[in-house]
Amino acid sequence: MTAKNFEKMVKEASPKSAVFLNSVKAFLVGGAICAVAQVLYNRFEAMGFAKDDAGLIVAAILIVSAILLTALRVYDRIAKFAGAGTIVPITGFANAIAAPAIEHKNEGLVLGVGAKMFVIAGPVIVYGTVASVIVGLIYYFVR
Amino acid sequence: MDIFWAFVIGGAICVIGQILIDLTKLTPARILVFFVVAGCILGGLGIYDRLVDFAGAGASVPLPGFGNLLARGVMRAVDERGLIGVVTGGFTAMAGGVTVAVVFGYFAALVSSPGMKE
Repeated sequence: MTAKNFEKMVKEASPKSAVFLNSVKAFLVGGAICAVAQVLYNRFEAMGFAKDDAGLIVAAILIVSAILLTALRVYDRIAKFAGAGTIVPITGFANAIAAPAIEHKNEGLVLGVGAKMFVIAGPVIVYGTVASVIVGLIYYFVR
Repeated sequence: MDIFWAFVIGGAICVIGQILIDLTKLTPARILVFFVVAGCILGGLGIYDRLVDFAGAGASVPLPGFGNLLARGVMRAVDERGLIGVVTGGFTAMAGGVTVAVVFGYFAALVSSPGMKE
């Protein structure tokens, strides 16, 4: 095999293996976050909290932890490794709120912190709200 | 066992997100929007709750679980208040999580400075 062929082979193989490797990392870290959440959930349910309340308490713990790690510049480093594994869980939503709020603090407390907080969370809330109203309307007529 | 399935299903949903990021060039913001809307639709159809029954936090902690929460909230509100529930259910369902994120995000921004290194 010539060096050129080999180079070509590496070029063809590497994007796929990069996707595979990224997926493995996302699986492990994202799965670990969900497993920790399940442990917490089981504990709060055993303490007698109703299902919805236990869910909210766990979500709150995850959100506060992610924001703390964001402020300490740890979350972004984990995210560099884990990709979607840290973006897709609710902790990624919390990071998407805290990180731009911190980064754009210099633009002021209103248009910096207050507005930039919703750069990513805003679209999520907008499309989530619109989708929920459509679901609610359809449900109202077909239930 | 429920912890194992939370790990597997939660990880699998993240893998879907990773593949979307790597192969479609969708930005993370678009992935999050896609997941929330998809979760809301699957929730409205009653499909996502079955995944939650099976995988627990593995289904409720990833962003589609947030969409499912909105769908469940709006349907519950419609049961209780009719048409008014259509416009109150979604926000009511997300109130706790969003308030925690906004308030703690706000104070985190107040106490830490941009570009600060550890």
